Amino acid sequence: MNNPPSRTAERTAKRIKQRYRQERLFKAVGMGAVLFSALVLAFLLWTMTSNGIGGFQRAEMRFPVDLAGSVLNIEASQLSGPGAMQALEAAGLPDVVELAATKAAGAQAASELEDGAWRELGAKLIADPTLLQRTLDVSLPVTDDLAGALRGDSHRELAPLAAQLEKNGSLVTAWDLGFLTRSDATGPQAVGIWGALKGSILTMLVTLGLAFPIGVLSAVYLEEYAPKNRWTEFIEVSINNLAAVPSIIFGLLGLAVFLWIFPNFRSAPLIGGMTLALMTMPVIVISGRNAIKAVPPSIRDAALAIGASRVQTVFHHVLPLALPGILTGTIIGMARALGETAPLLMIGMRAFVATPADGFTSPSSVLPVQIFLWSDEIDRGFVERTSAAIIILLLFLLVMNGLAIYLRNKFEKTW
Amino acid sequence: MSPTIPFLLAFGLGLIGWLAARSRAWVLRKEVGGKQALHSLPGYHGWYVALWAAVPAIMFALAWNALSPALIYDKVLASPGAASLPAFGIERDSILAEARNIAEGHALAAFNPAANALVQPFRDALNHYGTIGVIVTLLLGFAAGAYAFTRLRAQFPARTRVERSIMLILLLASLVATLTTFGILASLIFETARFFNFVNPADFLFGTHWGPDPMAEPGPNLGDRYGALPLFWGTIYIGAIIAMIVAIPLGLMSAIYLTQYATPTVRRWMKPLLEILAGVPTVVYGYFAALTVAPAIRDFGHSIGIASASSESALAAGIVMGIMIIPFVSSMADDSISAVPQAMRDGSLAMGATTSETIRRVLIPAALPGIVAGIMLAVSRAIGETMIVVMAAGATARLTANPFESMTTVTFQIVAMLTGEGSFDHPATLSAFALGMVLFLVTLMLNFIALRVVKRFREAYE
Repeated sequence: MNNPPSRTAERTAKRIKQRYRQERLFKAVGMGAVLFSALVLAFLLWTMTSNGIGGFQRAEMRFPVDLAGSVLNIEASQLSGPGAMQALEAAGLPDVVELAATKAAGAQAASELEDGAWRELGAKLIADPTLLQRTLDVSLPVTDDLAGALRGDSHRELAPLAAQLEKNGSLVTAWDLGFLTRSDATGPQAVGIWGALKGSILTMLVTLGLAFPIGVLSAVYLEEYAPKNRWTEFIEVSINNLAAVPSIIFGLLGLAVFLWIFPNFRSAPLIGGMTLALMTMPVIVISGRNAIKAVPPSIRDAALAIGASRVQTVFHHVLPLALPGILTGTIIGMARALGETAPLLMIGMRAFVATPADGFTSPSSVLPVQIFLWSDEIDRGFVERTSAAIIILLLFLLVMNGLAIYLRNKFEKTW
Repeated sequence: MSPTIPFLLAFGLGLIGWLAARSRAWVLRKEVGGKQALHSLPGYHGWYVALWAAVPAIMFALAWNALSPALIYDKVLASPGAASLPAFGIERDSILAEARNIAEGHALAAFNPAANALVQPFRDALNHYGTIGVIVTLLLGFAAGAYAFTRLRAQFPARTRVERSIMLILLLASLVATLTTFGILASLIFETARFFNFVNPADFLFGTHWGPDPMAEPGPNLGDRYGALPLFWGTIYIGAIIAMIVAIPLGLMSAIYLTQYATPTVRRWMKPLLEILAGVPTVVYGYFAALTVAPAIRDFGHSIGIASASSESALAAGIVMGIMIIPFVSSMADDSISAVPQAMRDGSLAMGATTSETIRRVLIPAALPGIVAGIMLAVSRAIGETMIVVMAAGATARLTANPFESMTTVTFQIVAMLTGEGSFDHPATLSAFALGMVLFLVTLMLNFIALRVVKRFREAYE
């Protein structure tokens, strides 16, 4: 059954058209997949930014405090040394602040001033005692309830007060630089990120100090000196396996081994750093081996030929050339460790810690765990604070990854 | 006395040894005369003595740091002030800790007056053992350094010796990874064995009811409380089914588009963008899932008439986890598609196939083993993922196929069991280690198979 040639040509043309349509569809689906990922990323960042902007702000009450004309009975000389804040409290600064707030905005407003608000004025006075002779315009934080009413999402009974105060300009939403210098607290108005940030920095220092030397040295050993035998193969297999072990398992190890050896250092950066170091080390070993492998053998041959020993060859010539690659891998590993939460929960770094850690062995929080803890709070203020903390965490990761990319582009050589 | 002082002293001794030995080597070189007079450069003589002076001292200081707290407690408990302490329990520990804090200068005053009596004994004991530690460190470092120093001669092979110890250090460093693996295995096996003292392994692996009570007295017949099957199901449902339904098509299509269609410029920009998606911390994904995705999915569930749709759902956790895995699948698929020989692609195109036909009928079948291995690695990463499920999946263990309901996973229960207030000897706490053991073995197996597949596949084309 032969079709006339024109029919065949027509059918072929139709089929080609159909095949081209499939081709375009396939390409569009591929592009759609890439775009979807990009859109999700954009949406994620947008959600965090739009929520997080509010986290860098707080509700403050503005009113004048007449310190010269007040009953505050304190000498400038008492405002130095460690007892200065207690001296101010004893001299009645809290009452002075409350009176001034009552005078300016009414008793109900004054009672909605945050409990420790006077401390911010106190810190100012300690820094500059001459202010005692003046009338000061202060901006002090209000309670979480009034802040919620100002945002309009909770405590409706305070909404009229908030509206009235906002109208006459004594209740404002202002940038809160203190968020970067305070530590964890019970209410969203009073929390800060510094305690967690400092804990993260201390933890990362421990991780770096352990994982970097051990990782680089084992990479050097495995790549340059290790004899090819079963034992070496076993070490290689265990490193590759460690790189794929879920992070929470490292937390179990830290709990069962490190906390068993150092029971007093629960939730200390030292233990957290040690646990994360075990997790980061395989990453450094793997990237270090690749970087060392990329150094051409001619470098080694040249050094050996003019009489350098094998140790000298590696430490004087190969390692410096491989260093940019090793550093890139290290930074990427550290960035992963910085965002890691689960193993730190295991070793007890989820306690409420209201003061920044004063050393590697004192209890501390870390940034990702702080985010996790705040995310459990219901208050809308905490949603904003959590997002703000996430922004800070992401900024740190961005800087670290940017540094890694910069190092790679600037120093990476193709031989 | 600060525990860091012995370490600083050891380093100081090392530095002194280094300087002394180096100048000694210069003197030797001058005495014997000529550049060839020394076997090793003066610097190596310096390092030789420095290693001798510092390493034994540091090792002693480490051992002393681990040992001395017990000695200090013994001495304090032997003092007359300790007689009035409660015999055991939390109060006793807290009094001791408080007294120690004051003695070390971390705190100014005690809440518990009983602690005040112990401050002075603590201070004495700290000083006593601190001084012993410092003196022994100094003596040890000095003796070892002096011994090394007396061995220096013009023909002394200092370089060989130093290099030998460097090799030893390298070997030790590479053993840390092996030790970690053993540590993980040992701690998991040990605690799991303790758990199986309470609960029959068969009940644990195949039981269908999970409801541990960390506060209850562990009695007989615990098997019906520790059936982990719902957890395994939740883990597989979220990590291996929902997440993969999201990640496999998107990751695969992204890889295909970026390797086969995209212009170099697009590729240069989009690849790092996907990598950013992989670099976002899991706690951020978890928060995103709980804050944005989960409520949206609950509302969607209600709107299509599923009344049981919960605000913590398997679907929310699974979708966000899938998004997190996309870059992982994509880069694995990218690698295996790029590994297919160019000749196969060229051949197909030369026969008149369109690009998409070439991809579907030639590239993907040829790259399939690599892609499958990549998916297995992705699954192993997804089932070990913790924060997303902790924040978005819920705590109720149930065997259901309804993705709108809340569901719990192995990792969630590990976190839940170990962050509570339960005692360390309770089966509820120990069950976390048994779950960890299962997780560890499963991820290990997935990785092992995947690496085998990849290896064989690579060999086929090389």
